[in-house]
Amino acid sequence: MTEFLPPALILLVGAILIGPLRGHLRSAVVLVAPLLTLWAVWQVPDGVVTTAPFLDYVIEPVEGSPLRRLFATIFALMAFVGGLYAFRQAKWYELAAGYAYAAGAVGVSFAGDLITLFIFWEMMALFSTVVVWSGGTPAARAAGVRYAIMHLLGGIILKVGIEGVVVHTGSIDIQPMLATNFDTWMVLIGILINAAAPPLSAWLADAYPESSPTGSVFLSAFTTKTAVLALILLFPGEPVLIWVGIYMVMYGIIYALLENDARRILAYSIVNQVGFMVCAIGIGTQMALNGAAAHAFAHIIYKGLLFMSAGVVVYRTGKSKCTDLGGLFRTMPLTTICGIIGALSISSFPLTSGFTTKSMISEAAVDEGLVLVYMLLTAASAGVFLHAGIKFPWFVFFQKDSGLRPKDAPWNMAAAMVIFAALCILIGIFPEPFYQFLPYATDYVAYKPGKVLFYLQLLLFSGLAFFLLLPLMRRTLTISLDLDWLWRVLFYRAGSVLLRVLASIGGAIETGIRTRVSSLRDVARRYLGFVESNRAHGIFARTWQIGTTALWIAILLSVYVLTYFIS
Amino acid sequence: MNDSQKDDAWLARPASIRLLWRVFWAVLALTVAAQLVIKVKGYFGIDDWLAFGAVYGFLACVAMVLVAKVLGYLLKRDENYYAAEDERD
Repeated sequence: MTEFLPPALILLVGAILIGPLRGHLRSAVVLVAPLLTLWAVWQVPDGVVTTAPFLDYVIEPVEGSPLRRLFATIFALMAFVGGLYAFRQAKWYELAAGYAYAAGAVGVSFAGDLITLFIFWEMMALFSTVVVWSGGTPAARAAGVRYAIMHLLGGIILKVGIEGVVVHTGSIDIQPMLATNFDTWMVLIGILINAAAPPLSAWLADAYPESSPTGSVFLSAFTTKTAVLALILLFPGEPVLIWVGIYMVMYGIIYALLENDARRILAYSIVNQVGFMVCAIGIGTQMALNGAAAHAFAHIIYKGLLFMSAGVVVYRTGKSKCTDLGGLFRTMPLTTICGIIGALSISSFPLTSGFTTKSMISEAAVDEGLVLVYMLLTAASAGVFLHAGIKFPWFVFFQKDSGLRPKDAPWNMAAAMVIFAALCILIGIFPEPFYQFLPYATDYVAYKPGKVLFYLQLLLFSGLAFFLLLPLMRRTLTISLDLDWLWRVLFYRAGSVLLRVLASIGGAIETGIRTRVSSLRDVARRYLGFVESNRAHGIFARTWQIGTTALWIAILLSVYVLTYFIS
Repeated sequence: MNDSQKDDAWLARPASIRLLWRVFWAVLALTVAAQLVIKVKGYFGIDDWLAFGAVYGFLACVAMVLVAKVLGYLLKRDENYYAAEDERD
């Protein structure tokens, strides 16, 4: 049909080959497949590239645009650096599932229609669940089941919405819409579940920290950011997203402040950062959408970097709780420095990628005259520095001396971290070349002296607040309840009470039936000669001639026919 | 912070921590003082005032920590809460 090779297919073939191959050959596939994918991504021209018949529709598996290429680029790059980070430590099935998961994300990036989008969407749900399960612990298995249920539910809601849109508009095209009727609301809700929007945010911080040190690096990148891409494509300028985003931003900060587990702190801060993007998509101007796309790109890099540094700590020490960690800077200088670079980037510190991308979102809010939104986002920027920028490196690498003296990262993990740390700084110092790849042409200037000074004040005084308020932030051996408490505990308890009531009702009915049956049995035994005995006593227990039986049947039939005619 | 005197790490010595605090205070003062020279563009009247970013950032963080503290009383549970919940039945 076409000589064009879909980029997602290359990564998928790589994922399939990881299983049967061994040794250096497998390593070669792990490292080369994402690079080939990256090359293929940049061969995709604008517009629909391939079409294929599917049922009664013509689907468009590959459609190019600057926005789509930008997301596919970062997904493929993430697969490469994640593969480099993981290939010597991760189990083969985790690597294979991680690559298939990444292939799903690349597939969503180029999906030209809703059917293709849905297929790749479900592929991601499936393989990301396997990545969670690869954590290998009973907790990982249980969290994986909860994760799968949530994403299958989200998939069904999305499917209901897509069916509705297709039936009512007659088109499977991906085009901007607003949440105005049942169909579009279902599509929006289905996507928002994957973005970890409220009220279903809890799955993210529940599942990601249970995965392996390498698995969480893959998980941090794809699901929420494909949701961001889908929102940019389908719901740009949908006003409800502004407040959904603000909620996510604040939710992430508060829960991360309460959290003790280092990787769970990072998981909550994913929700926080995706909140900035969702809010920008709600604003919906070209500047805002550029900001959302740019921030998603930068976010995957620094969040991957943060999870990598936390992953090295878990890999070397087997611990991830702040109460168990501390003082690791002594023996893990590289991991500490990389963790700090990631932490500064997520806090949008000047000279890091977070500053050059997130400030576009604030600027978009100002341009639209959304003063309250701007002020909340600015307060949240201070809060990011508080919960992720300082809290994460402080409690993991400094704080007290935990007595742990682990070795620094293995060479491949170190190389992956250095690549991402360099990119964080590169995009932070030279943002202009990066801006060329954004969906809309822009002459945005990130570095104005007044703005840099404002952010320096904002962030450094947040840092002061952190150290002055440290006594209020003593880590405790606790978790924080989220809305998933409703179904994990309340519904569960209500369900078991209901089951118990039903069981006792059922028991009563059963006893009743048993007494009736035994009395019926007595009657049957006495008068009809049924059951238990070989010797027949009653009328119906006798052995009859076939002729007599036929006669009786004939008589009964005649009676039936007669009554039928009479009535 | 670590107070053990025999710690080999420079960063963990009380003297270095005191020095770092002094540098930190100096940098903080500098960012505010710099506003006398570099104009911060305001968007709604008061955000170009001297040290607005500093005060706003500081107060925002204090507010968030306090909100988290209060919510913590409501939301925090023992880390084995769900495991214990599963064993109830």
